[in-house]
Amino acid sequence: MTEVETFRAPLVARATDRSRSSQILEQNWKGPGGIAGWLSTVDHKEIGKRYLVTAFLFLLIGGIEAAVMRAQLTQPNEHLLTAEQYSQLFTMHGVTMIFLYALPVLSGFSNYLWPLLLGSRDMAFPRLNAFSYWVFLFAGIFLYVSFPLGAAPDDGWFNYVPYASRAYNPGINIDVYALGMVLLGISTTVGSINFIVTLLRLRAPGMSINRVPILIWGTLTASVGNLLAVPAVSLAFFMLWMDRQFGTHFFDVSAGGQPLLWEHLFWMFGHPWVYAIVLPAMGIVSDGLPTFCRRPLVGYTPVALSTVTAMVLGFGVWVHHMFATGLPAIAMSYFSATSMIIVIPSAVAVFSWIATIWTGRPVFTSAFLFFAGFVILFVIGGVSGFMTAAVPVDLQLTHTYFIVAHLHYTIIGINVFPVVGGIFYWFPKFTGRLMNETLGKWTFWVMFIGFNVGFFPMHILGLVGMPRRIYTYPEGLGWGPLNLIVTLGSYLFAIGVLMFVVNVLVSLKRGKVAGDNPWDGPSLEWSTSSPPPVYNFAVIPTVASRYPLWEARLHQGDDRSSTRQGFLLDKGRETMGTTSLDAEPDVILKMPSDAYSPLLLALALAALFVGALLHSWWLLGAALVVITLASIAWLWPQRSLSQIET
Amino acid sequence: MSARCTLVPSVALLARSATTYADTPMSYLHTYGPAGDPITRLGWGLGTISIAVISVIAVLLLGGLFRHRTERASDDAQLAVGREGGGMAWIYVGVGVSTVVLIICMGWTLVTTAIVLHPPSTPALTVQVVATQWWWRLRYTSANPSRTFTTANEIHIPVGQPVRFELASVDVIHSFWVPQLSGKMDVIPGQTNVTWLEADKPGVYRGQCAVFCGAEHARMALEVIADTPVDFRAWQDDQLREDPPPGSVTVRAGQRVFQAHCAACHAIRGSDAAGIVGPDLSHLMSRRTLAAGSLPNTPGNLAGWIADPQSLKPGAQMPDHLVSGPDLTAVVEYLNTLQ
Repeated sequence: MTEVETFRAPLVARATDRSRSSQILEQNWKGPGGIAGWLSTVDHKEIGKRYLVTAFLFLLIGGIEAAVMRAQLTQPNEHLLTAEQYSQLFTMHGVTMIFLYALPVLSGFSNYLWPLLLGSRDMAFPRLNAFSYWVFLFAGIFLYVSFPLGAAPDDGWFNYVPYASRAYNPGINIDVYALGMVLLGISTTVGSINFIVTLLRLRAPGMSINRVPILIWGTLTASVGNLLAVPAVSLAFFMLWMDRQFGTHFFDVSAGGQPLLWEHLFWMFGHPWVYAIVLPAMGIVSDGLPTFCRRPLVGYTPVALSTVTAMVLGFGVWVHHMFATGLPAIAMSYFSATSMIIVIPSAVAVFSWIATIWTGRPVFTSAFLFFAGFVILFVIGGVSGFMTAAVPVDLQLTHTYFIVAHLHYTIIGINVFPVVGGIFYWFPKFTGRLMNETLGKWTFWVMFIGFNVGFFPMHILGLVGMPRRIYTYPEGLGWGPLNLIVTLGSYLFAIGVLMFVVNVLVSLKRGKVAGDNPWDGPSLEWSTSSPPPVYNFAVIPTVASRYPLWEARLHQGDDRSSTRQGFLLDKGRETMGTTSLDAEPDVILKMPSDAYSPLLLALALAALFVGALLHSWWLLGAALVVITLASIAWLWPQRSLSQIET
Repeated sequence: MSARCTLVPSVALLARSATTYADTPMSYLHTYGPAGDPITRLGWGLGTISIAVISVIAVLLLGGLFRHRTERASDDAQLAVGREGGGMAWIYVGVGVSTVVLIICMGWTLVTTAIVLHPPSTPALTVQVVATQWWWRLRYTSANPSRTFTTANEIHIPVGQPVRFELASVDVIHSFWVPQLSGKMDVIPGQTNVTWLEADKPGVYRGQCAVFCGAEHARMALEVIADTPVDFRAWQDDQLREDPPPGSVTVRAGQRVFQAHCAACHAIRGSDAAGIVGPDLSHLMSRRTLAAGSLPNTPGNLAGWIADPQSLKPGAQMPDHLVSGPDLTAVVEYLNTLQ
């Protein structure tokens, strides 16, 4: 049966969502529905939406934390917060935005969009996908449980030792962070593996590696980066937890441990992570701009290669976070040079976007405004990063508000703006309805002006010497007026974010109904219904160029992509496995049905970490038993997956 | 301050921040010594280039946006699509120009790094700094042991001479930073980092811990006071002098209170107080500030700080209410004699 099922010659048919064959597909792919369906689904579209919504909720929580901090800093000697409250707020703000918003929101886009962009019916490992989401959710909750108790992590997201060691930080605060990060690392790791294998095996026939959208390049690069970077931080946090709970001495100075070991391990992870949270977002822009500029992206190949180059270089720059730690000049010069060279791949991307706008005929939609605004924010965040790459200048800039300005230009400018633009762009695909364009354009201007008024003066605050992570400052240093402007601007930005949320909520019910392809976009996701059917494509599309839906108008070559005629693959949940580089049809992949095992495994894993946190060894033991059982259930051979010979 | 009365000065500050430094004692837009000046020049250079890059890109972007704008997206008709070729010259030229600017900046950076990491001549004076939550212990070393002494939070240096600083921490990571004189150097437990400062002109230069080091990180400041060589020598001699024995009855009572309640942590040379946990208080009243730059050093502030340190600096190791009432008056009276 295996042979027959997976190596049979598949039927080639002509079909659309409205065809009778699609009813069979609908039955094959539809889940049980109701609560049971909600808990057991492995549909990448459901999981993608969950990632997006959950990450956005975390963004709002992190935003509230920021708003409270800004109130405290509005003027000198403010007494709204205590020092300890402020420490917990800035730590949770960083942890939330960097770990629980910035990457997960991109995972949301990628989970939803990858199979649609690639012409597949799901991700390579649908159950792993569900597992990855549940673990992310539980890790987020885990990181937040101690917050209401006033015992949240309080040593910054960078969590430097020895302040994070038990001698100086005896509470549960840092243990929550350490274990939460190890748990979250599991989610990131399995998610990354899923993206990589999906890219290598699940592209539509004909979608050779040089025809995939740039978002795919971005997420692929980020995923490979995460696989190499996350082990460093998981290891570091595990070592820290061992130091704190079992008296090991990895970071214990009195026993020969090294505080700098922590800094190296953390930034060895931290800097690649920064690229992981911007490269897919840059991909969103590189794919969105062509649609609204009415022409293909200028320089697809250089942009794709510069994405990979930035990530590779990103592994050789971590010491620029440590220029003031007393390292030898020769080592610092190397890391300084690598950090500066990142200008080159960044310049490739910037000039590609500008050339695309310049030689195109821009349509001013809300999404386009966010993408175009992003370009200038990218440049501001880029050049401030370039300044910090210069060792001597960084000795002044580091640990000041200049860095706070820089990192917000990168994370808000290069992540949030493309993400919001991306929601405007793909909302009709996600929901079948368009967002309100008038409100959208107002939202852009409120966010853009609020952001720049709120965050640009932080550069000047840094230059006039305001250090980061101070909960108060005296009069007479000249910081008060600028801080007031920062607070007002950031509140304006927050109003823009709320306008966006209102737009989403209203448009869900009342938005104008969108057709399959409301923007006349070029890529495969626009060839199927809005929202897409549960099986994505009535037939597996065949791809002959980078812009399958624009081919007729681009007049390139004679080959044409086909979205109406292709492999039907209707014997159960099936999709086409193709070869890694050329995407030749290779094997029929049997896809798993909905299952509870990912949720069960994720719950047990969370229980394991709660047990470790509370030193509740019986809970930890019970969790291990459930983990074993859930893994067996997950891996139990199934006839529908051709895992049992008949 | 209300929003109305701060907005106007803030705009004014933005306009003046490049020229007026007295209002911003932590600003490093202008520096006052050879350890900081090359950095400042490089910083202004890179900053100017950065602003130029932002301006050029902004102009190009705006030009592109309004060049061939498509007025309205029609709902059903397919829009025209431009051809794939073209536009590559943008990438070639843009990246080419960027690379040339980049290489120049890298060269300038390397040269500046080599200049500022080491002082131009061997420093004659070494100050050992021990950072601790949340203040600075300072030890002035000398080849002559009788000229070695300990003080806290206020560093005096002679102008026109490089001074070597050996930085150590006894608890967590801190960072030693006097922006108008030099860049930062982190203070890391388990290792001794070395840096140097030199001031061109006499004056007070404010510094502050720059790495988050716990709850009261915000209140871990210091001051560097650059004196003329003559004044510096006089200051050193003053510090080496033993504080006079108490004169009046109250002062004697104050010294007894100090010995009973404070001496376990604080030292005063010439008395029996020899604690090493807290700052050395010899010649306390010669210092400009209290509690690591948190308060101006006045008898009133001193009394308030002794009575209730935890309200100003919660988490500091100095406990509340050690002395109060007449004891407090006496101990302040005593400390006031430590000129």
